[in-house]
Amino acid sequence: MSLSIQLEVKQHVLLVRLAGELDHHTAEQLRAEMTDVLERERIKAIVLNLNELTFMDSSGLGVILGRYKQIQRIGGEMVVCSVSPSIKRLFDMSGLFKIIRLEVNEQYALQTLGVA
Amino acid sequence: MRNEMHLQFSALSQNESFARVTVAAFVAQLDPTLDELTEIKTVVSEAVTNAIIHGYENDPSGVVYISVIIEGHTVHLTIRDHGKGIENVEEARQPLFTTKPELERSGMGFTIMENFMDEVNIYSKVNEGTTVELIKHLTKSKALCN
Repeated sequence: MSLSIQLEVKQHVLLVRLAGELDHHTAEQLRAEMTDVLERERIKAIVLNLNELTFMDSSGLGVILGRYKQIQRIGGEMVVCSVSPSIKRLFDMSGLFKIIRLEVNEQYALQTLGVA
Repeated sequence: MRNEMHLQFSALSQNESFARVTVAAFVAQLDPTLDELTEIKTVVSEAVTNAIIHGYENDPSGVVYISVIIEGHTVHLTIRDHGKGIENVEEARQPLFTTKPELERSGMGFTIMENFMDEVNIYSKVNEGTTVELIKHLTKSKALCN
C-alpha cells in the first residue's frame, strides 16, 4: 500500500487529501508535491484531510511539521481534519496540536477559513 | 507456545511497509486488538526507518535484520543493523532529538517506541551497529471483554 495524494486549491487554501500510508518512503512524495503548489500559488492556509490515511509514523509528523513551517513563514496556518484515533495519538505525543489546529471534518475546516 | 521468525532485507525505504506488514501478519496469530497491531506496525516502522536513514545513511547495500519471538501473550521484537551506530543513546531517546533536522525528521521515533511498547532497550556501538529490543505484553483473552 502506498500513499495517494489529492491536491486542490480553493481560493487561498491548499486542500490536501491523503489516502493510504504515510511513512519515510512516501513522505518525500508529499513534501515535493505540496512544496510545488506552495511555491507556485498564493496560499494562506493548508487543510490536511487524513480521513483515508490508514497508517502514519514519525516520518509523517516530520513532513507535516515541515509544511507547517513553510506556511508559517508566509504568515499562514495549517488545519488537520478527520484524524483517526491512532494517528491522533502521534500528534498528541509530539505536541503538534499546539501549533496545528484540529477540526472534525473537511467541510468545517474549510468553513473556518472562509472557504465554502 | 513459543514461535519465532527471522527476516532480513536491504536497507531500502520501500521495505519499511514490507517489514511492518510482515511482522503484523506474524503477530496476528496471537489475536491482538487492532490498536495493539497498529502499535506494533508503528514501532517496526520507526526502528526500520532509523536503521535505513541513520544506521546505513540510505546505503542500500546495508541489511536490516528483524527477529520476532512470541511466547504466551508476549511479543519480543529485535531490529538490528550493522550501520554506523549511535554515539549517545540517552540523547537519541529524548523527544524531538534528531541528528537530521534537514531531512525533516521529527525526532519522535524512540518516544513513540517507548509509548507503544512495554520495554525498549537500545544497544549501540559506533561503527558496529544498533540493536533495538522491543517487548510488548498483549492484553489477554478479549473474549472476556466481549
